[in-house]
Amino acid sequence: MDIGYDAAHMLGAVVLLMSFALLYQRRIFSVITVFTFQALALATAAAWQGYAQGEPHLYVTALLTLVLKAIAIPLALHRIILRLNIQRTVDAALSVGLTMVAGVSLVTLSILLVLPVTTDAATLTREGLALSLSVVLLGLLMMITRRNAVSQVVGFMSIENGLIFAAIGVAGMPLIVEMMVAFSVMVAFIIFGIFLFQIRERFDTLDLQKIDSYRGESR
Amino acid sequence: MGMAVVTLVLAIPLLAALGLVLVPGYRTPARLNIAASAATFLASLTLFVVEPAATKWFVLDAFNIYLIALTAFVGLTTSLFSAGYIAHEIRIGKLKPLQLRFYHAMYQAFLFTMLLALSANNLGVMWVAVEGATLTTVLMVSLYRTAAGIEAAWKYFILCGVGIALALFGTILMYMAAQPVMGPGMAAMTWTELMVRMPEVNPKVLNLAFVFLLIGYGTKVGLAPLHAWLPDAHAEGPTPISAVLSGLLLNVAIYAVLRFKMLLAANGAAIAPGPLMVAMGLGSLLLAGFMLYRRRDIKRFFAYSSIEHMGIITFAFGMGGPLANFAGLLHMAMHSLTKSAIFYAVGHATQIKGTQRMDAIRGLTVSHPALGWGLLAGVVAIAGLPPFGIFMSEFLLVTSTFARQPLLALPLAAGILIAFGALVLRVQQICFGAPDGVSKAVPVAWSLLPLYAHLGLVLVAGVWIPGPLVAWFQTVAALLG
Repeated sequence: MDIGYDAAHMLGAVVLLMSFALLYQRRIFSVITVFTFQALALATAAAWQGYAQGEPHLYVTALLTLVLKAIAIPLALHRIILRLNIQRTVDAALSVGLTMVAGVSLVTLSILLVLPVTTDAATLTREGLALSLSVVLLGLLMMITRRNAVSQVVGFMSIENGLIFAAIGVAGMPLIVEMMVAFSVMVAFIIFGIFLFQIRERFDTLDLQKIDSYRGESR
Repeated sequence: MGMAVVTLVLAIPLLAALGLVLVPGYRTPARLNIAASAATFLASLTLFVVEPAATKWFVLDAFNIYLIALTAFVGLTTSLFSAGYIAHEIRIGKLKPLQLRFYHAMYQAFLFTMLLALSANNLGVMWVAVEGATLTTVLMVSLYRTAAGIEAAWKYFILCGVGIALALFGTILMYMAAQPVMGPGMAAMTWTELMVRMPEVNPKVLNLAFVFLLIGYGTKVGLAPLHAWLPDAHAEGPTPISAVLSGLLLNVAIYAVLRFKMLLAANGAAIAPGPLMVAMGLGSLLLAGFMLYRRRDIKRFFAYSSIEHMGIITFAFGMGGPLANFAGLLHMAMHSLTKSAIFYAVGHATQIKGTQRMDAIRGLTVSHPALGWGLLAGVVAIAGLPPFGIFMSEFLLVTSTFARQPLLALPLAAGILIAFGALVLRVQQICFGAPDGVSKAVPVAWSLLPLYAHLGLVLVAGVWIPGPLVAWFQTVAALLG
């Protein structure tokens, strides 16, 4: 038994599991809580890979994930939801059952896609890649099936989690920290800089269906 | 020598962006913006005399030097146009000085990220730069704070955010493919090093990587069916931003796709990227051609025209070969100059009429001859009529496609003709007929300068392209394979 392999595998499975959990949450606070758990699992995975590969910059990645995604962003989202008195439930475009079926098919798809083409890579890398592609696709599914701006942002950040998970799994991948910072700055800009306040101010709602009815053409 | 110039070309907009954050008001920043853009352009011109070179971070070859110079040039002319445009918006109270607090800083930051993406040798840096370009423009698209503007910015963020996320996944896959051959570390992310070792890399992983990269960066190019953000972002933001989005950012995204296409071509055993690009290009061309007929908003109309031309360019590079690549390169430059010129004219027209609705803009050649004839010339050029440069590139592309793949040339020619019909139909209404009402606002004479400068260049290119430039494009076409 290789403990390093098992631990990395288990952490990846937790990240994927949290992606599934994100899909069926009905209340907005539980969406944020589940996202926090995913970020925690990702931070642990990054730290573990840092130890296993002997790459100190992965500890920085782990720390950034922990501070930004498991603490700062969830807290800020909580505050915004309370301050702006946003509706606490999330409307979904698909029922839970259908979303789960779609999710399982996406995971199958990514396994079928990744495993045959990466035959000469290390087992852990291949499986990590299949897991992270699944997380990316499930994040996309979440963005499609949710009509609420906050859960779309959470979906976007879970896609980012999948990408970081892919990057830490490949030995010696440079620039992970820089990429993560670039992404986080973007998300922070979007969330706090304008959208939640501007959308709220203009439309008095964060339900994107109402926003979508504004079309430039109809003016 | 070359690297010193690259550093200078990047340092000027970066420092200008940082400096402009501190300067209040809008008149002084507008002037500083022009000065910084002019300095960047002058610095970029010296790149034409330096030797191609590559370091760990930057690469200079014939391909990106011409795009850097083009980007710096359109950046300069747009900064001139922007000064007049913004002054007018302030005068009529559509924008408040406070909303413009970071506008000029963002403009320079946007130029910096595009120039960085063009000169980066490292695939990760290139990705970060394209991501930064998205970030700087999202905030400019929602500058007017209107409902439609915020929706456009939201759509832009969501679609391009997902797009660049997929591009990053592709970049990670590219590294994963190269890492067993080149070992861990920066070398496996450096474009010039990858080009050397590409033949040994596992082609199957490369195929997977390219699909993600094409979809990812293709979203930023505005290729159908991932184009939904483009018309909104062009229509709702301030017009100078529409001009640089269409004229420059789309080119940068195509450049990124082409860099990866070159990597795949160097591998040999990987899938040919050509057919994928041909299919996406034709799809965008035909879709945009039909969509043009139903537009009522003038900026949206020309945004769809940009999708059409991006389709043509992607098709050209997908066909490959010396002639089609040459046509694609020429088309990139011509489209960039013409489309930004059109947006300058459209910006003036919408300011004069106070609306973007096409049925409210009539008889421009009668009421404002200089502007009306300028817009007419721009539309004639973008429709692909002689004697303008776009005629040259489209003619070259259609004839070379007929010679190689007649079946593909049919939908290509059909798409170009469909779009041509829509452009002719609309431009008559906008430029001729009796003008609606009397408008007091007359654009300042000097602010038409960028429009005529661009049209002049496009005209010259259509009549006679200088020998050295032809040789230059032929070198790049050969590089692209």
